[in-house]
Amino acid sequence: MFSRAWQRLSSVVLGLVSAPAAMADWELNMPRGITEVSQSIYELHMLIFWICVWIGVVVFGVMFYSIFKHRKSKGAVASQFHESLGLELLWTAVPTVILIAMAVPATTVLIQMYDTTNSAVDIKITGHQWKWQYDYLGEDVGFFSNLSTTTDEIYNRTEKGENYLLEVDKHVVVPTGQKLRFLITSNDVIHAWWVPEIAVKKDAIPGYINESWALIPEGQEGLYRGQCAELCGVQHGFMPIVLEAVTADEYQAWLDDQRAGKIAEAAAALGDFSYDELMVEGAEVYARSCAGCHGTEGQGMGSVFPALAGSPIAINDMAGHIDIVLNGKAGTAMQSFSAQLSDVEIAAVITYERNAWGNDTGETVTPQMIIDAKK
Amino acid sequence: MTTSSYYVPESSYFPIVASFGLIGMAAGAGGMINHMSSGGVGYAFPHLVFLVGTLLLAFILFNWFSKVIIESRAGMYSPQMDMSYRWGMGWFIFSEVMFFAAFFGVLLYVRQWAGPWLDGQGDKGSSHMLWPDFDYAWPMFNNPAGADLPGPKAVIDPWHIPLLNTVLLMSSSVTLTIAHHALRAMHRGKTIFWLAVTVILGAIFVYYQVLEYIEAYTELGLTLDSGIYGSTFFMLTGFHGVHVTIGAFILFIMWIRICKGHFTPDQHFGFEAAAWYWHFVDMVWVGLFLFVYIL
Amino acid sequence: MTTATASHDDHGHHGPAKGIMRWVLTTNHKDIGTLYLWFAFTMLLTGGVMALIVRTELFQPGMQLIEPEFYNQMTTMHGLIMVFGAIMPAFVGLANWMVPLMIGAPDMALPRMNNWSFWILPFAFGMLLFTLFTEAGAPNFGWTFYAPLSTTYAPSSVTYFIFGVHMMGISSIMGAINIIVTILNLRAPGMTLMKMPLFVWTWFITAYLLVAVMPVLAGVVTMMLMDIHFGTSFFDAAGGGDPVLFQHVFWFFGHPEVYIMILPAFGIVSQIIPTFARKPLFGYASMVYATSSIAFLSFIVWAHHMFTVGMPLQTELFFMYATMLIAIPTGVKVFNWVSTMFRGSMTFETPMLFALAFVVLFTIGGFSGLMLAIAPADFQYHDTYFVVAHFHYVLVPGALFGIIAGVYYWLPKWTGNYYNEKLGKFHFWMSFIGVNVTFFPMHFVGLAGMPRRIPDYALQFADFNAIATVGAFIFGFSQLIFLFILIKTIRGGEKATDQVWEGAEGLEWTIPSPAPYHTFAEAPHVK
Ligand code: HEA
Ligand code: HEA
Ligand code: HEC
Ligand code: CUA
Ligand SMILES: [Cu+2]
Repeated sequence: MFSRAWQRLSSVVLGLVSAPAAMADWELNMPRGITEVSQSIYELHMLIFWICVWIGVVVFGVMFYSIFKHRKSKGAVASQFHESLGLELLWTAVPTVILIAMAVPATTVLIQMYDTTNSAVDIKITGHQWKWQYDYLGEDVGFFSNLSTTTDEIYNRTEKGENYLLEVDKHVVVPTGQKLRFLITSNDVIHAWWVPEIAVKKDAIPGYINESWALIPEGQEGLYRGQCAELCGVQHGFMPIVLEAVTADEYQAWLDDQRAGKIAEAAAALGDFSYDELMVEGAEVYARSCAGCHGTEGQGMGSVFPALAGSPIAINDMAGHIDIVLNGKAGTAMQSFSAQLSDVEIAAVITYERNAWGNDTGETVTPQMIIDAKK
Repeated sequence: MTTSSYYVPESSYFPIVASFGLIGMAAGAGGMINHMSSGGVGYAFPHLVFLVGTLLLAFILFNWFSKVIIESRAGMYSPQMDMSYRWGMGWFIFSEVMFFAAFFGVLLYVRQWAGPWLDGQGDKGSSHMLWPDFDYAWPMFNNPAGADLPGPKAVIDPWHIPLLNTVLLMSSSVTLTIAHHALRAMHRGKTIFWLAVTVILGAIFVYYQVLEYIEAYTELGLTLDSGIYGSTFFMLTGFHGVHVTIGAFILFIMWIRICKGHFTPDQHFGFEAAAWYWHFVDMVWVGLFLFVYIL
Repeated sequence: MTTATASHDDHGHHGPAKGIMRWVLTTNHKDIGTLYLWFAFTMLLTGGVMALIVRTELFQPGMQLIEPEFYNQMTTMHGLIMVFGAIMPAFVGLANWMVPLMIGAPDMALPRMNNWSFWILPFAFGMLLFTLFTEAGAPNFGWTFYAPLSTTYAPSSVTYFIFGVHMMGISSIMGAINIIVTILNLRAPGMTLMKMPLFVWTWFITAYLLVAVMPVLAGVVTMMLMDIHFGTSFFDAAGGGDPVLFQHVFWFFGHPEVYIMILPAFGIVSQIIPTFARKPLFGYASMVYATSSIAFLSFIVWAHHMFTVGMPLQTELFFMYATMLIAIPTGVKVFNWVSTMFRGSMTFETPMLFALAFVVLFTIGGFSGLMLAIAPADFQYHDTYFVVAHFHYVLVPGALFGIIAGVYYWLPKWTGNYYNEKLGKFHFWMSFIGVNVTFFPMHFVGLAGMPRRIPDYALQFADFNAIATVGAFIFGFSQLIFLFILIKTIRGGEKATDQVWEGAEGLEWTIPSPAPYHTFAEAPHVK
């Protein structure tokens, strides 16, 4: 860890010395983005920025001129003037005019951003501690999207991937060339759904729905990454967004796929699973969905997130175990997983928890038991 | 303006002991409330800490005010000092106004914006998707969460106890003014009488307020946890009630002081400050009667 | 900052008591001012150490030093301690010391209450800091403590946090009332309102802001308490409340609060620049009007912190326009300072250097504020490091530099000794470099998309974060130089004259240095 720290430090120092060259590949400015709105915002940002720079140049120019010319060591003698109505009126009036000049384009862009009418695709986005849920309204498609960066990367045990902390298990897929409307809400605390490239940032307020929209032009297919932008608890830094823009045809095909997958999943749950199959699957589900809070070895985290290794609920009370995973516990970060995971996955993870890390109950929880518990 | 005789007190142990009292109250109340909510999380004996803190603060405030009274009666205060107390009391009341303003603001917001949005009206009307069964009306008998969070069955009828209480408080303002005039005119007996009437009117007000709360809890299902109507209702009337209680208590102290022969026709700021406070509490009630009960 | 050595030798009638009890029981405005200032400095170091922990964690990607849970506690406590424990008490300390001296008053109007205002603070912060050592941990929901993260999902220490805020509120309101009353009622004959030094004026207006908004803060934490423990629904949609309502009430307090943290600094700089330019302040009257306008506007701009919460379009526009307007009176101030320097006869002692850095760097922070005020653009800036850069520019080289400038400026008057000018300049340059290296890169990572309040970040933000961390350590350790200079000056040094600075004017420069324990027992006459 320390050697890496030194490496970074020296690279920074080098970077500072050879500043111009190194600066070239550093991202310094707001992205221009891919939508009309994001580009208008970028233009607005640059406009205001340059106005400020020029005001700064003038004001600091006069100031440094005085500092250099009117210093006592150069024999400057202080004059005693201390007011000038004309000047003061002038420098009240000029900024007023400048501000009006800024307000006009700002108002135009804002009005445009608020027009969520006539959308072709409506996606309901729900923030959860700490993942996003997407429901394609009227399409019968919906899923959760989790961070897929591993804890090993986060805790520096392996090399970090290129999209460290900005990668998820399921992308939110959208068509280009169609107006998308996002209905943003939350299940627990306030989150904010933010994808810089389309300049959409809206708070997800529990109990209320905020609307926002985007129209990604055709030809801009690709992956666009974002992050949660409102402090939402311990793992606020670990709930990214990956938006996948595809052509309208690909989008339709993807929707069909999703629906087919769901049917297959339900059918699978009625099949038979061996203990070993469930344990393998369970370990995977655990790492993906539970380890973030309960620790990779079921050891828990801090005082808030209980250990599952050795927990009475995971050794004795099977019904209670199934219940808390299915229904969560109100007012805590432990949420209901009944919609997030398939019946097979839930069965698998519970089986895993009851047999891993020394919880050697030897019990198997089958998908059928989950289906029954849900009734 | 002359500052030559401005009274600067010697060093004093009041503030530091009062600070101990205050932290005792804060830490004690924190511990008690945590115990209450999560059954035993926290430290042992918060009640004791709270009690000691409260007693300490009460003891110090008593001594502090006694000292001020003694100093004042010993003629150590110039008219300028008097002025300092006036400004001080005035701005203290202003801070109280802002405290109540926050709660009135909340009431305005939930009625004007939050409620209609949840019901599907206005800019955030799509929120209705989350609460499909919710219809907004004020008073709010049904909450968005529906059966999970039952609303009040009924609300207080403004034309019974609240109207009576309005009359009580209004007349107490009048009796207080009569007492004040009497004090200025040096009619001590008359002052004592009308001030006593004022305090009694205040006490009756508080009594009725308690009756109203009992009715709300036992019969109407109007409680702190019956949704936003109950929340705003109890916070506004509750804080007001606390202020009436404090105000009546202060007036009662003034009554004792007058009985003891304190105050002169042109030197009675203690009394005036209490009166300002009382009128302020009165004005808040008018706001409450209007916006909480009637409208 | 203390006058310990100096205050023994003057006058026979009641001097200070001896030993520790002098400080505990004092009713003297100078002692209380000193207490406030030392308290604030302690809190600056405490909050600063927390910032350094934060910066160390952010030095490179990946979790290194602390867990996310503790990271959140550190940012929250850092923000709370800096705002309520360092900046505000430091300003109150300066007011206590200087306002009576500047208006020719014998003391503050309500001396015992003055002492109480101070002594509440160590207790309140003691309780807040103590939660760090409890099982539940300290508050972890940001200094803005948005519901429902701070209500339904809060650690149980939130109860103590709430009562702590109540105590700070009581302290601030009493302190503010005291200042208002002193200024209204204890001015020396001839000291009309429009003759008052600007530091007094800015504090006068600041005190009004405090009296107006601290009760609102008390109100909002009380509603939290009720929501958490007594089942009310203020911030819960299920019962008809609204989490956003919390933010409205909080920012109604919060925005004036940020001006509370800058107006007194405006005052200090307006004292210092004329002194070292040897030229009267340009546009005194317009300074007063500008300060009042800023204070007025500060009440109607709060929702610019909430552009992305989903407000109606008209509301959004209103708050955008109102916020932009603040640039006008603030600009008037900046232009007036520059005009004061223009054709002056300047020298550059340490207070002046800090004041000049203030003018430049605060203005840069103001510019980024104006960019944030443009609602559509704020959709991209909001909750990124661009905001962090903005507010540290107005708070660190703004508020904090203002305080440091004031301390250097008045230190000879307080202690009777000049500080060491060489060391002072060294402190300045280290701070100046440190502050820019720390906070300038934050503009870039913010624009490039790094959210705030995260303990770990994507790889493309790594380089600038590393630079910022290096800067933070430079800046942090420079403050130890400050501590050294302060102690050295208190213990001795070249004796200061009464006027101290060649160009200094005002009542405080007519009394001896160090200022005697009691001043203006007889009111001076102001022409
Ligand atoms: C001392 C404290 C201080 C001060 C003085 C300011 C000053 C200003 N602030 Fe800042 N602000 C904060 C402290 C402060 N702020 C803090 C702490 C936060 C974050 C809180 C949190 O979320 O934790 C914040 C956040 C914040 C936001 C919210 C950002 C977000 O969360 O998305 C906004 C948005 O409008 C804003 C705007 C402004 C503006 C317009 C000013 C103006 O007052 C600036 C005016 C000054 C100038 C413009 C420069 C000088 C003028 C001229 C030279 C004249 C000519 C200029 C022009 C015509 C352009 N601030
Ligand atoms: C009010 C003033 C104020 C001041 C002066 C500062 C000073 C500093 N701040 Fe802070 N900051 C805030 C107010 C302030 N801040 C607020 C309100 C927030 C928002 C919180 C939130 O999100 O809720 C914030 C958030 C914030 C963040 C963002 C955290 C996040 O979003 O995740 C960062 C990150 O770098 C940061 C850094 C710093 C640094 C490096 C300093 C430096 O200037 C500090 C300098 C350091 C010292 C002065 C320490 C000196 C001491 C020593 C060197 C050791 C001596 C040791 C002993 C005596 C034992 N601050
Ligand atoms: C967002 C954080 C989070 C995630 C993700 C999470 N849990 Fe939990 N879990 C909690 C918290 C917090 C509690 C403690 C609730 C309480 O206070 O009783 C808990 C409690 C539990 C308990 C009861 C433990 C006991 O001893 O009381 C079990 C079993 C459990 N979780 C299983 C799971 C499983 C299985 C998953 C993944 C499918 C999972 N959790 C994912 C936060 C989480
Ligand atoms: Cu979700 Cu931050
Ligand atoms: Cu603001």
